[in-house]
Amino acid sequence: MKKILVLFWTFFKIGSFTFGGGFAMIPLIEREIVDKKKWISQNDMIDILTISQSFPGAVAVNSAIFIGRRVGGYTGALSALLGVILPSFLIIILVARVFTYISDIGAVKAALKGISSAVIALLIITAIRVGKAGIKDKIGPFITIIALLLLLAAGIHPIYVVMLGIVLGLTRYGIKIIRKKKK
Amino acid sequence: MKIGLFSFGGGYGMIPLIGREIAVHNWLTGQEFVNIISISEMTPGPIAVNTATFIGYKAGGIPGGILATTGVVLPSLILILSISFFLSRFQNQPIIKDTLYGIRPVVLALIIQAAIFVSKSTLFKEGMNIKAMLNLNAIGYLLEFINPITIAITVISLVTLLFTRIHPILVILAAGAIGVALHFIGVL
Repeated sequence: MKKILVLFWTFFKIGSFTFGGGFAMIPLIEREIVDKKKWISQNDMIDILTISQSFPGAVAVNSAIFIGRRVGGYTGALSALLGVILPSFLIIILVARVFTYISDIGAVKAALKGISSAVIALLIITAIRVGKAGIKDKIGPFITIIALLLLLAAGIHPIYVVMLGIVLGLTRYGIKIIRKKKK
Repeated sequence: MKIGLFSFGGGYGMIPLIGREIAVHNWLTGQEFVNIISISEMTPGPIAVNTATFIGYKAGGIPGGILATTGVVLPSLILILSISFFLSRFQNQPIIKDTLYGIRPVVLALIIQAAIFVSKSTLFKEGMNIKAMLNLNAIGYLLEFINPITIAITVISLVTLLFTRIHPILVILAAGAIGVALHFIGVL
């Protein structure tokens, strides 16, 4: 029972500070769940992030459900999910009621500029972690560059680029099988 | 509900989907919709969840907000639970390992894309035109538009996160506070 509450509170904290999309929350998850609680390993975290990105839904929500399930079963999944969306829910209801035009206040804009600048640093850290864990040969960087060009220059939707990665992975598996049979 | 199922690849992919559904049901005006998206970007949490909560609240009060939030996360819950059940059994199968091997470099590309997206609106001043950079004086043009203050905050945050044990939440809070402080002395 204690674990379930801790899961909720951990993801409540993560949900409260996830600015700029799900990827920026990886350093937070790493600190809270990998370093402090030691519930999952860093490699597991990268795998969960990879899988969460490959399926529909917000990355933050998907990874919360995944980690919750891994740590505390189905109740764990539910409590992590509630934890990660409750801050958004409360803040949005408050904003919708009180400050619909809050975006025009200069100080708020400046605070968000500062936060976004820190978010870029969080994203760089996430990229370093994923790069270290996921790219171990010469083909990896090549796939990353091709994917980046498809996303940025050709403007192709992320899901198709992820599908390309899946196809490449399955091709690698297929080649291995064929080689084994030849032997 | 329908939207949650189709929001592959992060919140931005689903904005056109939401737009279409709203027009069909006549929930909001176009201007209200644009405001909601900019607020969802500014507040913490996934953009998809924020937008759904906001629209649900505007369309049907707090019960509407709860229903819309549930609707947008329910497909994720069902999908991820079934996948994690499947994966915990087959995680060490070579086929899963090879598939992950193919996706990881792509996820790295998506993270870099997200970093570039945030950098564009944060580290550079408004009105920068990528096409104008194609002329001979590209570096001079770039220097004219960079925002040294936000770049400094990014660098300081990065150094702090890499070389100290300071919690990432504190770094985010400090960066926000520095932004407000700089605003009041008239720099940002």
